[in-house]
Amino acid sequence: MASLETSSSAPKAPYSYPDKRGRYGAFGGRYVPETLMYPLEELEQAYVSACADPAFVARMDELRRDYIGRATPLYFARRLTEHLGGAKVYLKREDLCHTGAHKINNALGQVLLAERMNKKRIVAETGAGQHGVATATASALCGLECEVYMGTEDMARQSLNVFRMRLLGAKVTGVESGTKTLKDAINEAMRDWVTNVGDTHYVLGTVEGPHPYPVICRDFQSVIGKEMRAQLLEKENRSPDLLIACVGGGSNSAGLFFEFIEDDVRMIGVEAGGLGPETGKHAARFAGGVEGMLHGAMSYVLQDENGQIMGTHSVSAGLDYPSIGPEHAFWKQSGRVEYSYANDDEALDAFQLLSHLEGIIPALESAHAIAHACKVVPEMDKDQIVVVNLSGRGDKDVDQAARFILGDKGAGA
Amino acid sequence: MNRITARMQELAARDETAFIPYITAGDPTLALSGEILLELERAGADVIEYGIPFSDPVADGIVIQEASQRALKHNVSLHDVVGQIRELRTKTKIPILLFSYFNPVLAYGIETFAQDCADVGADGVLCVDLPPEEAEDYKRIMVDAGIATVFLASPTTRTERMGLIARFSEGFLYYVSRAGVTGVRDQVETSVKGMVEEVKRHSDIPVAVGFGIAKPEQAEEVARYADGVVVGSAIVDCVGTNGESPELIERVGAFVRPLVEATKRAKAEVAS
Repeated sequence: MASLETSSSAPKAPYSYPDKRGRYGAFGGRYVPETLMYPLEELEQAYVSACADPAFVARMDELRRDYIGRATPLYFARRLTEHLGGAKVYLKREDLCHTGAHKINNALGQVLLAERMNKKRIVAETGAGQHGVATATASALCGLECEVYMGTEDMARQSLNVFRMRLLGAKVTGVESGTKTLKDAINEAMRDWVTNVGDTHYVLGTVEGPHPYPVICRDFQSVIGKEMRAQLLEKENRSPDLLIACVGGGSNSAGLFFEFIEDDVRMIGVEAGGLGPETGKHAARFAGGVEGMLHGAMSYVLQDENGQIMGTHSVSAGLDYPSIGPEHAFWKQSGRVEYSYANDDEALDAFQLLSHLEGIIPALESAHAIAHACKVVPEMDKDQIVVVNLSGRGDKDVDQAARFILGDKGAGA
Repeated sequence: MNRITARMQELAARDETAFIPYITAGDPTLALSGEILLELERAGADVIEYGIPFSDPVADGIVIQEASQRALKHNVSLHDVVGQIRELRTKTKIPILLFSYFNPVLAYGIETFAQDCADVGADGVLCVDLPPEEAEDYKRIMVDAGIATVFLASPTTRTERMGLIARFSEGFLYYVSRAGVTGVRDQVETSVKGMVEEVKRHSDIPVAVGFGIAKPEQAEEVARYADGVVVGSAIVDCVGTNGESPELIERVGAFVRPLVEATKRAKAEVAS
């Protein structure tokens, strides 16, 4: 391989996505009602100018350190490693971020952008509630009014986060339409934004939506991979062999992967298999979706033959979404990243396993990544290194998990 | 010539404003929405906007969202609507503009869709979440099939993009009278007249104004300076209220006639 590399005269083109139109190959773009075209351009300009402004960069750095609590640790999971008997497993501890998940990395950055654009009001959608809590937190920090849309089905399974958002001063508005989950919350947040574009910024919580949202969110989240590279160099003096992260919209995985996209590092994104893709009750877009357009971006979408968006199922509200970030669609199609899925029961097993072995209760979303690690790590050599993104903590999921876990045991006993 | 373009030219020659009602296909059933379409023609409509139900209508307010849901309960698809238009063409020549979100069109296949529209006699397509920047292939395919493409401009559209939108539009350009989703409003924004004049500085294309127009006096006010008046949610609300009642068709007709009269008298009054 090395000789082939050196004999090739043409240097590998650097990774340069998205292009100017917000495209990742055939995916991405800006498919929105006309009223949103200008605010999206405005956002893109504000983002470009903020990145070039040392004062903005310094403020982000300061708040990342003193408010979010970064850098988050890279933790060697000794007992999990021994249990699996293969590669060494490290956990990137995004669960230790302020508010309990990686979502704050993006929410804080976008709220600062909103402040820069002189917007007085913030709207957001939320599924598991983590993005809603993060946005409510950042809005409180900056003194901006905040309204969060959340499907009523998700409000029921994440009631703790609903209370947290209200405590932080946000208005939480339940969404009764459609499947009453994340996609419907996004619909409603977009309707609010299109109605109040003058004074309102929409903080979209993942690498989804029309350009420039996917790139803004990826960039704000890429601090995860950057830190991890430096931390692993310090601990092991080398790069990882494999990265694993769960993929709903795909922001924590994009944040981990992007830093290594041009390196010789294997990556696996883990979708929500729900009750199994064969049952139709799942959110594994790459296992059952086709190319299509939802919420402003061309990507893979779970839809019927008439182009109607299908309902999804996952034990984890944060992965319960019928489309996937356009850059992931590009990585899938180009073969750069592998995608797999973990079913509800596998995620619930991993949820308990990590709690028992490491004293770390993972978010049900992150438990999908742990579940996949349990499948692949035993097959790997002991001198190899796997990094799993522990994207959030599981406190919010304890009620939900108890219903499943105790419910199962109750039935058996 | 495309039926929508021809109708708009005819009306312009008579200095008359087009009345363009919107209804959702399949609401309350596909057969009944077809009946409503014919009644709208009898009531004096010039072009029918026939909405394709979609599971995630982000540009629509609650009235049209609920109409979509009612239609989707019977699984009304874009294929069903195209098939229905073939049938309706034995009864009417009224110009029909299909109003859709982009994903159902993508799932159908843009080329097949354009060809089928041409075959059955659907005259134009408006994809509400497809701006011209993403519509190059779509536009070419539609033009090749002889289908008029209507695009939207709105109060947030920058002057620089007006020309682009006008160039992509055929039949007419749809000016969204306010930032927001579809739905009934008490008043028409005062800036609309100026914006219509702004569009007209960039292009000769007819401009229809919609979003929020519900009452005859609003229709009349807009009809004085616009080439077309679109009324959607107010009619859909009337359909929703009457459901499958035997009076449905008659009541929709009775609701629409004063709107048509108000639209038609606007320029006549200005002239006299």
